[in-house]
Amino acid sequence: MTQSVPSFVNVGERTNVTGSARFRKLITEGDYAEAVSVARQQVENGAQIIDVNMDEGLLDSVEAMTTFLRMIAGEPDVARVPVMIDSSKWEVIEAGLQNVQGKAVVNSISLKEGEAIFRQQAEACLSYGAAVIVMAFDETGQADTADRKYEICERAYKILVNEIGFPPEDIIFDPNIFAVATGIEEHNNYAVDFIEATRRIRQNLPGCHVSGGLSNISFSFRGNEPVRRAMHSVFLYHAIKAGMDMGIVNAGQLDIYDDIEPELRELVEDVILNRRDDATDRLLEAAEAWRGQGGGKAKERDLKWREAPVADRIRHALVHGINEFIVEDTEEARQSFERPLHVIEGPLMDGMNVVGDLFGDGKMFLPQVVKSARVMKQAVAHLIPFMEEEKEAAGQTHSSAGKVVMATVKGDVHDIGKNIVGVVLQCNGYEVIDLGVMVPCETILETARKEKADIIGLSGLITPSLDEMVFVASEMERKQVDIPLLIGGATTSPAHTAVKIDPAISVAPVVHVLDASRAVGVVSKLLSDQRDAYAADVKADLARIRERRLAARAAKNRLSLEDARKKAWDCDWSAYTPKRPAQLGVQDLRPSLETLVDYIDWTPFFFTWELKGSYPAIFDDPHRGAAAKSLFDDAQAMLARIVEEKWLEPRAVFGFWPANRVGDDAVLYTDDTRTTIRETFHGLRQQAAKSNDNPHLNQFDFLAPQGVEDWIGGFAVTAGDNPDILARFEAEKDDYNSILFKALSDRLAEAAAEWLHEKVRREYWGYAPGEALSNQELIEEAYAGIRPAPGYPSQPDHTEKRTLFNLLEATQRTGIGLTNSFAMTPASSVSGLYLSHPDSVYFAVGRILKDQVADYADRKGWTLAEAERALAPILDYTPGAD
Amino acid sequence: MVRQERIAALEALAQDRVLILDGAMGTQIQDLKLDEDGYRGARFADWPSPIKGNNDILNLTAPDAVKAIHTAYFEAGSDIVETNTFSATTIAQADYDMQDLAAEIAREGARLAREAADEFEAKTGTPRAVAGAIGPTNKTLSISPDVNDPGFRDIDFAAVRQAYYDQAAAMAEFVDFFLIETVFDTLNAKAAIKALLDLRAATGETIPVMISGTITDRSGRTLSGQTAEAFWYSVRHARPWAVGLNCALGAEEMRPYIAEIARLADTRIIAYPNAGLPNDMGEYDEQPGQTAGFVSEWAEHGLVNILGGCCGTTPAHIRAIAQSVTGVQPRRPASRNRAMRLSGLEPFELSA
Repeated sequence: MTQSVPSFVNVGERTNVTGSARFRKLITEGDYAEAVSVARQQVENGAQIIDVNMDEGLLDSVEAMTTFLRMIAGEPDVARVPVMIDSSKWEVIEAGLQNVQGKAVVNSISLKEGEAIFRQQAEACLSYGAAVIVMAFDETGQADTADRKYEICERAYKILVNEIGFPPEDIIFDPNIFAVATGIEEHNNYAVDFIEATRRIRQNLPGCHVSGGLSNISFSFRGNEPVRRAMHSVFLYHAIKAGMDMGIVNAGQLDIYDDIEPELRELVEDVILNRRDDATDRLLEAAEAWRGQGGGKAKERDLKWREAPVADRIRHALVHGINEFIVEDTEEARQSFERPLHVIEGPLMDGMNVVGDLFGDGKMFLPQVVKSARVMKQAVAHLIPFMEEEKEAAGQTHSSAGKVVMATVKGDVHDIGKNIVGVVLQCNGYEVIDLGVMVPCETILETARKEKADIIGLSGLITPSLDEMVFVASEMERKQVDIPLLIGGATTSPAHTAVKIDPAISVAPVVHVLDASRAVGVVSKLLSDQRDAYAADVKADLARIRERRLAARAAKNRLSLEDARKKAWDCDWSAYTPKRPAQLGVQDLRPSLETLVDYIDWTPFFFTWELKGSYPAIFDDPHRGAAAKSLFDDAQAMLARIVEEKWLEPRAVFGFWPANRVGDDAVLYTDDTRTTIRETFHGLRQQAAKSNDNPHLNQFDFLAPQGVEDWIGGFAVTAGDNPDILARFEAEKDDYNSILFKALSDRLAEAAAEWLHEKVRREYWGYAPGEALSNQELIEEAYAGIRPAPGYPSQPDHTEKRTLFNLLEATQRTGIGLTNSFAMTPASSVSGLYLSHPDSVYFAVGRILKDQVADYADRKGWTLAEAERALAPILDYTPGAD
Repeated sequence: MVRQERIAALEALAQDRVLILDGAMGTQIQDLKLDEDGYRGARFADWPSPIKGNNDILNLTAPDAVKAIHTAYFEAGSDIVETNTFSATTIAQADYDMQDLAAEIAREGARLAREAADEFEAKTGTPRAVAGAIGPTNKTLSISPDVNDPGFRDIDFAAVRQAYYDQAAAMAEFVDFFLIETVFDTLNAKAAIKALLDLRAATGETIPVMISGTITDRSGRTLSGQTAEAFWYSVRHARPWAVGLNCALGAEEMRPYIAEIARLADTRIIAYPNAGLPNDMGEYDEQPGQTAGFVSEWAEHGLVNILGGCCGTTPAHIRAIAQSVTGVQPRRPASRNRAMRLSGLEPFELSA
């Protein structure tokens, strides 16, 4: 029987990889069984519809959507309720529609890309049988005012109902809930705009519904749940009265309107209804009181703390990362203590313990901790001469909590993450011996032996480093080095650790450390008396991951290379004429730093510092906003100096060559006669079975076959480096500025790639002369054509970089070198190919079968074993296992 | 008469009386007692695998027998007969290795029914229609064939849609309706609906669709787990000419579910139950008078617009049904408040 007609429908939001970290983790790890239980819980908790979203960059979203919907189809207590298929990509929505037997809701379609696409997608929804959410979004953007919201919805309604015959009752408008109380005046009326638009939509567009994602409204108060709950409830109370009848709502984030403390309700209502100019300030002011335990956050800078006793001042300086007075305070402390060591063991360690606790509780963030460490190091540096003196006199040594030898492995030059881990460990009293980058295995093991290390930590960013880590593990096994091994870095993963590294070593535990914040916990457990139990747990976890991987792999269908090639991407080449680049051959450039600054994508910068959130919204995050803002201010200040004092010298090289696709490869010719082959780039093709007619991509599918004149481009850019500056920071014991400088150098290299690509599209190749995109659009890859990099998902083989560098004469022209693992030096460098076809897209090759590896080996002139080594991270089989 | 005139005539007739569909094809073919050679005929004498039981191949090897069955049902009082194409898809014919013949089987099946209908229409002067039967295939899109791997499927939506598209395109020239029937997995039916809507868009020709689900047992659910109401919401976008139930249950067991759909659907209701439940030998014992007794009660209570029979029913059953509903007023389509109606396995409603 139909349940009693509800006036407001609650859509469950936990099965959304963009909204739930837990669900995302389950899906990326392929743990669908557990993911289904997330859905079950939601239904049990009263969700009347479940929203399923698989939009995550690293996922094959089509496949994830398909698999998950198929899994829940077999679970009657989940499949009971309708599904909301949520994606920004139409192909994912269509895959969803092809896997639900019930009548679903599509979330969402809009006029964003014009009427033609809107109509086409709406008609498809009709023929699959689905209701639709229509976003108040048109060709000019997302609607923010009540008028714009209503106008867009009215226009969409007329097209749907009058022209296509879409049943009005199956249309749900989403007029965009935006955050209020952000401190930006223009945002103050956003809730009122939504409510007003809702009222007009329900009055004038008969039959339809209104929905929205509720949590946005309170975005500014993240971390302050009582205030958020009150905002949600107050907002809903008014929006429902205006006609909102559906919402993506976490039922746990709602209060009963009447149960809200009257004082808080009044303050919140002022904000939601924009009733007074100072509403935001008043709520912000009062918010702390409602937070519960209080924030414990740093207050604005005043110098009252200078009046406290010296131990308190040291603690304050450490917690707040203030190095201005630390040397004088340390000196004062030294004079009042019996021995300099007591200053370290006393006030300094006390202060760092407070920092460690706050960080552990999520109340301090990484940039703040690194600043604290800088203070600590400077204090210790002041004390060392006195301790040396004393040691000479007495011959005593000081022992630390434990000794960690760390290195970025041979062939790799990336060290920001490793340095952060080092700082965090030092803050917690561990002695860290950092061997730097490109460290050969022997050096690591020899140092560990000589220094009697308690822990060895390996780091790496590029995929060949994974093999080097396996090698280090197997050497430890051979030499019986029974020191626990930590694995970290961007390409490392629990899966790789479980499948490749752990089986190579039995003499010592191997632990994958996800990020710096976990490092201390892991190290302290490994050095405690629970070491054996912990190691056994870790071992068992890794074994479980291995089993799950094998099961997941067996479950996945893959096409033979032959069949995958039959499903290659293709287009009507006779209807498309590639543009000839204005000038063939290689050119180099020296972009100015001023130019590049405007092309910086800041979100990854914050990510480096483990401040996860997108720029600039991260500043509005009440939890980490302050940390982010302070980091950003420091970054801007340093950036100004980098530019002003020319700390870096960016270089760029690019070139174009006549080229055609031949099989799965790109053949480059010496000139336009296309008679002599200059070089060949090799491509890899997706083999994972696809649920619909989607092509099995190879990046060179986007290059015209022989007979049609096409071109390919290549580039390499570097921000440069500056060892003198780094040496200066090192001398000043200033890890914070050292890491900051490296992180900014990385951003500038990426900015150079973005800048050059735009120049190429508009001028040098000139296939998009009229393009005018904002930095945000560039970040979102709204441009035509792609710049895939060897070693990344579209072509995971790093060795292709050698071909690219030869063509570009990259090392001669820009000074960028390649290590034996094909990492670029300086580390702040980017290289890749250019393809111009307007339909070209970035994609991930995914795992491949032996037939393709053998074929690839043939084409590269390699043995099978060589190919298996180069492609190790993407093999769908265990080499030599059959 | 051309299709449009015939449909208009049937729509007018349906205002006044219950329309009569035919009865079982399979039961009538069994009575022919064909052996393997009988199925093969001359054309498939050397076919490498056994094909006995492939009833649809008889469209090619025993066309006169198939046509005679259609004629027998018209004589018994059917307004509409179903083509002998229940399994005429590449997917179902793959069981006999005859996937390459699927389109030919479908087309010939439609043509035979058309011939029988046209001859009878000419003889009696009353409209006689052909419904192109579209069966569920032997694969399911919502259910894993491997109990240990619930996410696995041995076929996908695109493949099922394509098979249905090919079948429908092959029949289109001769049929007045398409009848998506014996729906035990609604996702298969949705693939069929998509195929028919795509065909409609490609050819510009509108052939009305009827959809008939199957409630497998007294749990009141389809094999893929939907309630009758949820099933209706899942297929309503086809804007079917009629919707209802057939097969699996006898009339007595089917009643509550047909009553449920009748309460909800803003279109005609079609019902064609089996001749009771099978006995221990798998045979159907329910006599024509008994079946007619059950279904005429439905008609009298305003539950149905089109009645016929499924497994075990014969021309005698159809004659009895036709006679039992003579003069009975047909059901009027349900009229309901405007609401968004969605479904999972169970229905969902949000008033507009």
